[in-house]
Amino acid sequence: MSNGEKTPTGFEPRIVAFFCNWCTYTASDLTGISRLIYAPNVRVIRVMCSGRIDPQFILAALREGADGVLIGGCHPGDCHYQEGNYKALRRFKLLKRFLNRMGVEDERIRLEWIAASEGDKVQKVVNEMTEQVRKLGPLHLAPIATPEAFEHEDKQELVAAGAEGESS
Amino acid sequence: MSGQNGNGKTNGSAPRVGVYVCHCGINIAGKVDCESVAEFARNLPDVVVARDYKFMCSDPGQELIQDDIREHKLNRVVVASCSPLMHENTFRKACADAGLNPFYFQMANIREHVSWVTKEKDEADKKAKALVAAAVHRVRFHSALEKKRVDVHPDVVVVGGGISGIHAALTMANAGKHVYLIEREPTIGGHMAKFDKTFPTLDCSACILTPKMSDVKNHPNITLWSYSEVVNVDGFAGNFKVQVKRKPRYVIEENCIGCLQCVEECVFKNARFDDEFNENLGKRKPIYMPFPQATPPVVLIDPTQCLRFTKGKCASKCAEACEKNAIDFDQKEKIEEVECGAIILSTGFKTFDAERIPQYGYKKYANVYTSLELERLVNAAGPTSGEIKLRNGSTPQSVGIVHCVGSRDQKTNAYCSRVCCMYSLKLAHLVKERTGAEVYNFYIDMRTPGKGYEEFYDRLLEEGNHFIRGRVAEVTDWAMSPEEQGKLVIRVEDTLIGVPRRIPVDMVVLSVGLEAHDDADDVRRMFGISCSKQGWFTERHPKLAPVSTATDGVFLAGACQGPKDIPDCVAQAGAAAAEALALVDKGFVELEPNTASINADLCCGCRTCVSMCPYSAIKVDETQDGEKSIINEALCKGCGTCVAACPSGAISQNLFTDEQIFEEIEGVLSYV
Repeated sequence: MSNGEKTPTGFEPRIVAFFCNWCTYTASDLTGISRLIYAPNVRVIRVMCSGRIDPQFILAALREGADGVLIGGCHPGDCHYQEGNYKALRRFKLLKRFLNRMGVEDERIRLEWIAASEGDKVQKVVNEMTEQVRKLGPLHLAPIATPEAFEHEDKQELVAAGAEGESS
Repeated sequence: MSGQNGNGKTNGSAPRVGVYVCHCGINIAGKVDCESVAEFARNLPDVVVARDYKFMCSDPGQELIQDDIREHKLNRVVVASCSPLMHENTFRKACADAGLNPFYFQMANIREHVSWVTKEKDEADKKAKALVAAAVHRVRFHSALEKKRVDVHPDVVVVGGGISGIHAALTMANAGKHVYLIEREPTIGGHMAKFDKTFPTLDCSACILTPKMSDVKNHPNITLWSYSEVVNVDGFAGNFKVQVKRKPRYVIEENCIGCLQCVEECVFKNARFDDEFNENLGKRKPIYMPFPQATPPVVLIDPTQCLRFTKGKCASKCAEACEKNAIDFDQKEKIEEVECGAIILSTGFKTFDAERIPQYGYKKYANVYTSLELERLVNAAGPTSGEIKLRNGSTPQSVGIVHCVGSRDQKTNAYCSRVCCMYSLKLAHLVKERTGAEVYNFYIDMRTPGKGYEEFYDRLLEEGNHFIRGRVAEVTDWAMSPEEQGKLVIRVEDTLIGVPRRIPVDMVVLSVGLEAHDDADDVRRMFGISCSKQGWFTERHPKLAPVSTATDGVFLAGACQGPKDIPDCVAQAGAAAAEALALVDKGFVELEPNTASINADLCCGCRTCVSMCPYSAIKVDETQDGEKSIINEALCKGCGTCVAACPSGAISQNLFTDEQIFEEIEGVLSYV
């Protein structure tokens, strides 16, 4: 576990976290109240619900220099707004496939269900993710990705997944 | 990204941001160099003034902000201190008092998220600066908002009719509020109704509880629904809709006068079914009243035992005997809905299942009892009329009481159940008083904090009870000497003298700990609150909001929040009642204005948002420009799911606009 120790290489990842107000943000407050030390690499942005997290936020964070993005929401069935976390999950899965094609490693984008009482889980997840992203090194995005960069069938697949992901 | 330098949007004038970095004594300043954070903030876009101060939440701290608002014409305020869940309202109010719309305020959490969780000081500085930059970036794009007022339903629902629920219900009913008390069992009273005496005063449990139970029954402001369970909860603080399942007791509650003529006449001449109220130590008939002072004083029929249900035919002598025609074999379960402004959860606890520790021999040896079983044996209204007898009818000459069964044990429950030391002392006293038996207490530590508790322990020592310090290893019937023949042998290491001992006794009592109900997870989900890993419901703040929950309008009373004794339960029930009253008596709640709205010019009428909304707050209307989605603000709860889904970017959520969040992302990454 990192616990804020620096690596010899000197690279320290910056991770932007989007935490929902009711479960994960409250949990991260509990981590503080319990004085559980964890890697300082994560910076939390509070939203009311993980369902509010627009995939563009994640893209923006990566573009602005984040090496990873962490999303925290309520456990399935616990959403304060009934099912916002399910919406977040669908978008997350779709975006992850998309980012994967762009060369962004899976470990850089992480979704975790963390309940208000799970302060220790915030510590564990942040430490783990920091370690993983540190191993991957800094994120280098390709200059500009154009639709032509995709193979035709990839496009088809994404469109199909998109329809499945956002319907109902 | 928009708004890199000094071009944040305000209504008319350019943003003028004031930044205040709180030391929180040494809570923040011990780790974060607050002065350098303030210095850093001075160079952020649109920042006019940045200061650090010992306690921003103190009056002088708030005045600092207010003076600057007036002097420097600030129109935006950022406070970097604790969690917004802690003090956001404090600072919003400070802004409002100085004439600034309270929503021109943003908080950066540099205590819970920085100083308390970061090891290295320089790392803490960097993180604090990033969070302050994010707040400054974001606040420039805030706009003036108004809180919405919603009327509050004046009634209150109390779930669980043990001593906590009873006390909370009576308190609110006495204050003139209408209370629905929902109890799962056929009678209210909970665990306390099963006890004989209460520690440390040894007053009779029933004598102090049953008057309160009758008060509940007779109170004009209380609707008591026993044998009923909450099955669904909708709505929000001030306006909940609670659906209650009324289980059939096959007896019309309004008609039954509790004369027990039906029980007398039941075709089962002898009571032959296990009596749950007596911990299965006694017997009852298929038609029964749980105990003489049951409230409501109404009988019920167990359909798994009554011949009318199991065989389909019976002489139905009970129905014949009932002069009030109260027996109704066709009664069906029904669902009723009540509206209320606040909910108090007082669902209590269950005792630890002693069979989970097989080496203690519960259910294996006849004379190993749980403490709750002994409570029934010493109770004058219990199955033995208060005589402490072994299963074979003889009186025990020696009794061993094993403390911490299912408590303070990594294999079962790590926590202390808080009540077992004291109730074990009480039972030891009662056993000695009634039988003259030698009583041995096996304890790890005696925990007797409470008014008169330590004195009670002293009294037990003087009475000649034996106290052996050590966790019991095993209860066995394997005799190794003549005096152990026919006895239960308690094997234990006496840690005060450092030797293993074997204590032969006639009766073993396991002081079982307290656990959350098996369905605690389902219950807390239904009410939208959280619980600990052990299943205890989580309070909003362990010290400062001990009866509130993360869900406004839902309060906690009693042991559902964690093990506690009767005085603590009653105290907490009173506190929960006061909090609930504060909510419903005010008459209205103010809602965070974080609702979403749709810009009709941008809406293409694709209906993506409609399916996103869990509250059906979005409708599609035909306008002259085609179909457009419209959000009903009264129904919107402000989750923002539709905002994230809108492909046209037509939806905006107050307090969490795209612009504000993009700015926050930029701020958090652009500097450090």
